[in-house]
Amino acid sequence: MTELGLTPFLILAAFLFACGVFCLATKRNAVGILMGVELILNAANVNLVAASRFMPELRLEGQVFALMVVVLAAAEAAVALAIFLNFYNNHGSADVEAAKELKG
Amino acid sequence: MNLTVVLFAAVAAVTAVSAIGVAASRSMVRAGVWLLFTLVGVAGLYFLLGAEFLGAAQLIIYVGGTLVLVVFGVMITNQGPFAVLQTKWGEWVVGGVLASGLFALIGTASLQLARPVSTEPAAPTVNELGMSFLGVTPDGQNYLLPFEIVSVHLLVVLVAAAYLARAKKRIEPKAELPAVTGEPASLAVDSQPAESIPEVRS
Repeated sequence: MTELGLTPFLILAAFLFACGVFCLATKRNAVGILMGVELILNAANVNLVAASRFMPELRLEGQVFALMVVVLAAAEAAVALAIFLNFYNNHGSADVEAAKELKG
Repeated sequence: MNLTVVLFAAVAAVTAVSAIGVAASRSMVRAGVWLLFTLVGVAGLYFLLGAEFLGAAQLIIYVGGTLVLVVFGVMITNQGPFAVLQTKWGEWVVGGVLASGLFALIGTASLQLARPVSTEPAAPTVNELGMSFLGVTPDGQNYLLPFEIVSVHLLVVLVAAAYLARAKKRIEPKAELPAVTGEPASLAVDSQPAESIPEVRS
């Protein structure tokens, strides 16, 4: 790894983050919004792991935090999908526009 | 132009193109398939950065777990096999402006940062990672408490997800069960609370 520095990874992570934000803004299906959140979390993880590779003082911490993010993202996906299923059973649609009133 | 740069270019191209695919595809099924390639590409980036354990965990947890969960969510909540919810024209514009603005902002910020370049090869970190999660590092800096908190958190979340996902199904069969024929009687008895069985049968 002689020529490749931290910057290309940061640019790629910024691109992933932008794609995730675009996903959040344009998708109307709730599962699509969840996919955007996954993209954003992956962008943050790429940043953390790149920092752990190129900054010696963060060598272990970056990977530890990235692992925590992976686990919390899995938990978040499980809860979010359970809520979406409940919402779909109540409203008959996965459209987030239908979620204007949520009284169960 | 060495091998690492070529590999990074290939993996980054796969990741970026499939991220665009996730954001731009209208069908949720296709977005899920694009998300699969994005996650595999990110795992390749981890391997490229010398984080072998994290790359394997990404493949197992994200590609093997979260993505299957998302695909099942798509399958259950879609009305048709390729049902599409139309997005308004203005939302595409707002989303595009927001995303490109954020990308420009973060890109310029990261171009102005220091550019550390690592000269030594990546050392394996799996051993140290496991030791620090178990709390037996020589320098006393460990992550035993976050590890335990995350494990209890996972348990709580799984119980909550199971409860949330089946809360509605208790109520719905009361209204719909008379129309359903051919359901095994023992199954219906087992899944219903005891006091509600006569009401369902009537």
